[in-house]
Amino acid sequence: MSRFRHSMRRWASPMKQLLQGNDAAALGALYAGCRFFAGYPITPSTEIAEKLALLLPKHGGRFIQMEDELAAMAAVVGASVAGVKSLTATSGPGFSLKQENLGFAYITEVPCVVADVQRGGPSTGLPTAPSQSDIMQARWGTHGDHPSIALYPSTVYEQFTEMVRAFNLSERYRIPVIFLSDEIIGHMRECVTLPQEGDLEIINRTKPTVPPEDYKPYDSSRLVPPMANFGEGYRYHITGLSHDDTGFPTNNGYIAEKAAKRLQKKIDDNYDDIVKVEEFFCSDAEVIVFSVGAAARSAKEAVLAARGRGIKAGLLKALTVWPFPDRHIKSYASRLKRLVVAEMNLGQLSNEVERAAEGNIEVRRILQANGEPIAPAQILEHFSPSDRAVYV
Amino acid sequence: MFNYDRYLRKGKLPHIWCPGCGYGIIFKAMIRAIDALGWDKNETVLASGIGCASRLPGYADFNTIHTTHGRSIPFATGIKLANPKLKVVVMGGDGDMSAIGGNHLIHACRRNIDLPLVIFNNNIYGMTGGQFSPTTPIGKKATTAPYGMTENAFDISALSIAAGASFVARVTSFHAKQMEELMKQAFQHKGFSVLEIITGCPTGYGRRNGQPEAADQLEWQRAHGIPKLRYEKMSSEEREGKFSIGVLHDEEKPSYLETYDKAVGLA
Ligand SMILES: Cc1ncc(C[n+]2csc(CCOP(=O)(O)OP(=O)(O)O)c2C)c(N)n1
Ligand code: SF4
Repeated sequence: MSRFRHSMRRWASPMKQLLQGNDAAALGALYAGCRFFAGYPITPSTEIAEKLALLLPKHGGRFIQMEDELAAMAAVVGASVAGVKSLTATSGPGFSLKQENLGFAYITEVPCVVADVQRGGPSTGLPTAPSQSDIMQARWGTHGDHPSIALYPSTVYEQFTEMVRAFNLSERYRIPVIFLSDEIIGHMRECVTLPQEGDLEIINRTKPTVPPEDYKPYDSSRLVPPMANFGEGYRYHITGLSHDDTGFPTNNGYIAEKAAKRLQKKIDDNYDDIVKVEEFFCSDAEVIVFSVGAAARSAKEAVLAARGRGIKAGLLKALTVWPFPDRHIKSYASRLKRLVVAEMNLGQLSNEVERAAEGNIEVRRILQANGEPIAPAQILEHFSPSDRAVYV
Repeated sequence: MFNYDRYLRKGKLPHIWCPGCGYGIIFKAMIRAIDALGWDKNETVLASGIGCASRLPGYADFNTIHTTHGRSIPFATGIKLANPKLKVVVMGGDGDMSAIGGNHLIHACRRNIDLPLVIFNNNIYGMTGGQFSPTTPIGKKATTAPYGMTENAFDISALSIAAGASFVARVTSFHAKQMEELMKQAFQHKGFSVLEIITGCPTGYGRRNGQPEAADQLEWQRAHGIPKLRYEKMSSEEREGKFSIGVLHDEEKPSYLETYDKAVGLA
């Protein structure tokens, strides 16, 4: 612990510092208590691995570069089962490979965090260009029914704080959390003053208090059953097969469905705790742009420019992408004429916004998948059709 | 009298294994080896992948994890690096370890990661009904090799030695007593140890290949598994179709954790 304090003081300096987004994510993980990282190098996520290869041992943790992303994801789940908060980081091609063991973490309810710093795809795609095209993969990347939590910061500071939140949510709800980012946010440098020890709440998994013989690792009477770590005297079984309250496999479809519904419910019932949306100039807005990550930065610029011209524009920036901020969308859909969605893909968020809005509002799509950031001007023109000439 | 009950999750029995399956023999040896080593049940972890072999941990009263097909080594790697005090034993079938998990196997060997691995080699995919595996001998029948196997087989022990495992041993389920001794050695070894067990699958392999009864396969193992010293003295004609058993490789070298912890200042 003294070693931790020492080096945290050294790295999370209380002074203003110029920090890269990926480095901030790595420092956020350390702050959250992450003490294990397993990964496989891939642009534009690699700095997270590099930073943690250097810093984890200084905090009493271990780093390992595995032979592929399948292995990295497996190792991260294994480390968490043994009681250590764990992270892996990747980009699209690696995120595809993580899906197998991410599914294992969903069904076995093992907390951990998976960072996906997005680049253009599918396949090897545009390796060094930004993209936001893994939105749906973060929801439905692995097979089977399961809820998911995905966070998506849009500043270097948020790379730190949202990484802390990712660990907190994963520990609180016993679920792997996807930390989405993109090449722009990951590689951008901004001046930040990082939170100091004690500034942010750190949540750790709830451990069982019952005697070992009464322990049910998947107790269906609890929304989130307490989790024992291997080696703590609660000898239990973990399997990726559908299992009953005791953790042992079952072929009983009724039990399997009940368990799947509990997994869904533990997330659905905690919307307010999980879903975080930043509302910027929204209270009196007549047109709102919904955006995330790098695109949300341009959207913010566009909103400021519009306000300068007397247009009542606002920004709804989702820091939580999954569960989707349905309630926020619904509340605006009932009182606005138009929602603009700006995203660096071919419509993954727009489809969700339309679903959530239930046809009550016009949804304008600004879609771009050419590896270039969306410019504020592209967004601005959708606030007021006549505004285009003025701004450009 | 050895008290097996102490290590069994009796409520989970009977097991799923077919009558005549060699896996019961391996299970027994594993329990006896762990008992002989005096491992604390609370600090012992059994990790497996997917397949008939990988069902073993579910019946044993330890910390047990039944992972995904081929991935038990990396799961176990995470467990071990998170808490090196835990005694982690990894196990799985020949398909699990040398096909889908083959990459993890060779990298575990190369790292000399601090884990023992037991491979239940029945030369076939048992759980999915008898498809060929990377260890199915040429010419043998499998549901996906109806004309006989046409690919060359892996020698898992030779592969492991070549890839850098510091302890490699092979035995058969006929040689049950020796199996227990080799398990003890493998489990105590510092670094990565591989114990390859040649075993029978009357359901998926034997009945398609002229060994319909469990005893046929045990008899074949007895006749073809040759102690290393004797095997080495045999001519190449005598060796035809046979394989060596016993400790095939035993080397003292730094383990992954030893090297890593020293380098990064954790030791
Ligand atoms: C990713 C994946 N692919 C395929 C399967 C189907 N499958 C289950 S067990 C198995 C092979 C089992 O053979 P082996 O590993 O040799 O173990 P055994 O059953 O013979 O003990 C296969 C292909 C699976 N479960 N997961
Ligand atoms: S199919 Fe083969 S390996 Fe599986 S339990 Fe039956 S005999 Fe054993």
